[in-house]
Amino acid sequence: MAWETVIGLEVHVQLRTRTKMFCACRTSFGDPPNSNVCPVCLGLPGALPVPNAEAIRLAARAAMALGCTVHETSVFARKNYFYPDLPKGYQISQFDRPLATGGSVAFESPERGRVEVGITRLHVEEDAGKLLHDRFPAKTAVDLNRAGIPLAEIVSEPDLRSPAEARAYLTTLRQILVYAGVSECSMEQGSLRVDANLSIRRAGDTRLGTKTEVKNMNSFANVERALEAERARQAALVEAGERVHQVTLLFNAGTGQLKPIRSKQESHDYRYFPDPDLPPLVLAPGWIAEQRAALPELPDARRSRLERSFGIPAYDARVITSEAPLAGYFEAVVAAGVEPKTAANWVMGDVMTSFNEAGSFPVPAARLAALVGLVRDGVVSHQAAKRVYGEMAQLSDGDPRAVAERLGLVQVSDQGALAGWVDEVLSAHPAEVARFRGGETKLMGFFVGQVMKRSQGKADPKGVQPVLQTRLK
Amino acid sequence: MTAAAEQGGRGAATARDVGRALRSAESLNAVLHWSQELLDAEGARVDAMAAPGSLAGMPIAVKDNIVTVEQPTTCASRILEGYVSPYTATAVNRLRDAGAIVAAKTNLDEFAMGSSTEHSAWGRVKHPLDPDRVPGGSSGGSAALVAAGVVPAALGSETGGSVRQPASFCGVVGVKPSYGRVSRYGLVAFGSSLDAISVFGRTVDHASRVLAAMSGPDPLDATTVDRPPMRVPEPLPDLRGLRIGLPQEYFPDDLHPGVAAAMERVKDRIRELGAELREVSLPHSAYAVPTYYIVAPAEAAANLARYDGVRYGPRKVGPEGDFRAVYRATRGEGFGPEVRRRILVGTYVLSAGYYDAYYTKAQQARALIADDFRRGFDSGLDFLLTPTTPTPAFRAGEKTEDPVAMYLADIFVCAVNLSGLPALSLPVGRSEGLPVGAQLIAPFFGEERLLAAAATLERVIAADAEVR
Repeated sequence: MAWETVIGLEVHVQLRTRTKMFCACRTSFGDPPNSNVCPVCLGLPGALPVPNAEAIRLAARAAMALGCTVHETSVFARKNYFYPDLPKGYQISQFDRPLATGGSVAFESPERGRVEVGITRLHVEEDAGKLLHDRFPAKTAVDLNRAGIPLAEIVSEPDLRSPAEARAYLTTLRQILVYAGVSECSMEQGSLRVDANLSIRRAGDTRLGTKTEVKNMNSFANVERALEAERARQAALVEAGERVHQVTLLFNAGTGQLKPIRSKQESHDYRYFPDPDLPPLVLAPGWIAEQRAALPELPDARRSRLERSFGIPAYDARVITSEAPLAGYFEAVVAAGVEPKTAANWVMGDVMTSFNEAGSFPVPAARLAALVGLVRDGVVSHQAAKRVYGEMAQLSDGDPRAVAERLGLVQVSDQGALAGWVDEVLSAHPAEVARFRGGETKLMGFFVGQVMKRSQGKADPKGVQPVLQTRLK
Repeated sequence: MTAAAEQGGRGAATARDVGRALRSAESLNAVLHWSQELLDAEGARVDAMAAPGSLAGMPIAVKDNIVTVEQPTTCASRILEGYVSPYTATAVNRLRDAGAIVAAKTNLDEFAMGSSTEHSAWGRVKHPLDPDRVPGGSSGGSAALVAAGVVPAALGSETGGSVRQPASFCGVVGVKPSYGRVSRYGLVAFGSSLDAISVFGRTVDHASRVLAAMSGPDPLDATTVDRPPMRVPEPLPDLRGLRIGLPQEYFPDDLHPGVAAAMERVKDRIRELGAELREVSLPHSAYAVPTYYIVAPAEAAANLARYDGVRYGPRKVGPEGDFRAVYRATRGEGFGPEVRRRILVGTYVLSAGYYDAYYTKAQQARALIADDFRRGFDSGLDFLLTPTTPTPAFRAGEKTEDPVAMYLADIFVCAVNLSGLPALSLPVGRSEGLPVGAQLIAPFFGEERLLAAAATLERVIAADAEVR
């Protein structure tokens, strides 16, 4: 039986603000429990929320980056439910009038080529706190540092057709949001969370099957794993003649198992209504236009621009634009005079490795350009340049020529020195000399290699060949 | 002599006088928290102030649903028994900065839900003129203290008339400002879109000075309006040129005869002062009480969800031992019956399938009620004049078994809260010894003119005189 999988994702990202959504508490990660709290985020009697303008700005920016329409008027609403991590007994969110609606994200599907996923809506809300079950024996503790952290919830249309596609969408979504500078999007630090809705149907059906919700996935890889497991579970059910029930499932990354937490029949009626403590959020058209104008170039646009203006291969452009700083570095290297493809090779090689390790660029773009210049001018070989780069990265600076000299990697083109190495090689290989002289001219490569080896890579290969030619006459 | 020296010791003396008065008024049960020690500290603080503010040395009682760090804030509820706020309400901070002495925290209907101050976990408040009667509510403790002469002014709060109604019952001035004029930061929320810290005064001037000192935008309350603070108005020489509307719906045939007679006398005085009286209609005010009893409980149900025993207040653990049992036991035992009733109503009107029939309808009715007022003021009216309450103070126990009868005690005051307008109750005479109040309603942010007109009227009305 061929089943089509239908997936929609709800992604919560923490907006990159210094303070919380409705109070002045800090948003820093990893502080001692309940150290970043105040009357507002503790829900003390009489305290009132005041919206964080920076959070609104970042959310609007995120919405624009996803091609959404940002509404001039949106409304904060109370989502009512009881839970010990929810101080007010309601979460301030947005309901029937969200900040933004109707966007899309285009990405490369591993199965279907370029795919566009609809973004239903993006709204702003506050996070809840955290229950700690392992802190005290037989007791649950509540940490409210996270309570009131600003979030944007991004809801996709059910346009995804496989777990792998869901993962690819997430990768692109994350890239866009990081580019836009709205969120760190770190799943480890809880600044990006994914809930997934999945259903299956017979290939060709247009009606949606009963969906289940999957939660508690702590990496993109685990999103894919969890959805694979859920797809298989649903298919097995249906093939056994049973029905899929609407449930919420928690994924256990250790066991790879899904465990239901509650069925939708006993689900909450959240009794949403407009929050009377917060006037409707009104954004002036001029402000919205300003924010749009301030939006940085997004990955897709940058990719095609790099391809177009620098003539680098599509693959290179994709790798280089995967992270905005990498692309910025690439452009700086090119601007410093390096031929684009050469710059791309460097960025995709040693630069990317050191960036991934350090999270920054240990060798400034101008220094790298100078190093590439040394290769071009025959001062160092390409191999030697990689060693010079490594040394420069260690020093986190250093003039490439000075480093090359200190490491003894400057190429030697002095005729006398070259002739010395050539003579040594020729006298060590009389048989090959005879064969060469007998017409086996392809042995030239062998001799060059031997000279390079004997000179420990310092001989200038361009200078070696004429000397060999003369001596082998 | 420096200003401080000139004022020297006045705060301390006031603190002693107020302490004596509080002790002698103990039988009213109007106060939940006070101590001579705190009073003396307040007096000393005011005496030490470099510049005596506009309220220098004025003792002010504060309803116990407005948070202060020095005393507990219980909202007259077991669920907040012993709770002490770590911060003080903006309004109280502003009064203290202006030199006021916080005298006591006053009794109220639990979470401000009631019209008689009988629904307090610590017992009912007695009417200062007749211990068998109620002082009105929910700010009955503050009203009673001002009426008994213990303090010249007190803070109450309104959601649906909870200051004007007890002001009328007790024979004092009660002013509800425009929504957004006074910060709600630190007022324990009941119906957030309606709630307003409001003032009782022995005279219009007392109330005006207190209101002026605490008015103005507050960065901690997103619903305050960005307009300059109110100024204390001078009384007018007369009321010439003013047009005052008499909404016929507020003068029903079955109006209490004493109230009707008092209103006739007020109208005479107003005419004598040169104002024009004009009959008008506010047809949608008839829906004010039912509308109010959907909107306010809906907001209350959410506002009171935070009292769960997790972070503060007494925690009760149910037999099942899980956290839901904590909620059931803490809330079931902590809230009184009237609060439980309103949480249930509020939860019901917001629930799926009923939302449009109740909450959406109520919002539409609310808009129509407000439109009536707007049309009236747009047609050239300066104020509206109505009785504040349909009857003088009723007897304790008279309405406690019949919630709807209790709710109807607020029939003339609710529409103002739904519309966000400023209004006041002015004592205008007595019926069989019990005070009667007249209500004046003004356009949005028209407090200064409203208080000026009320002060003018106050001078020519014998508030303590029998009207029939």
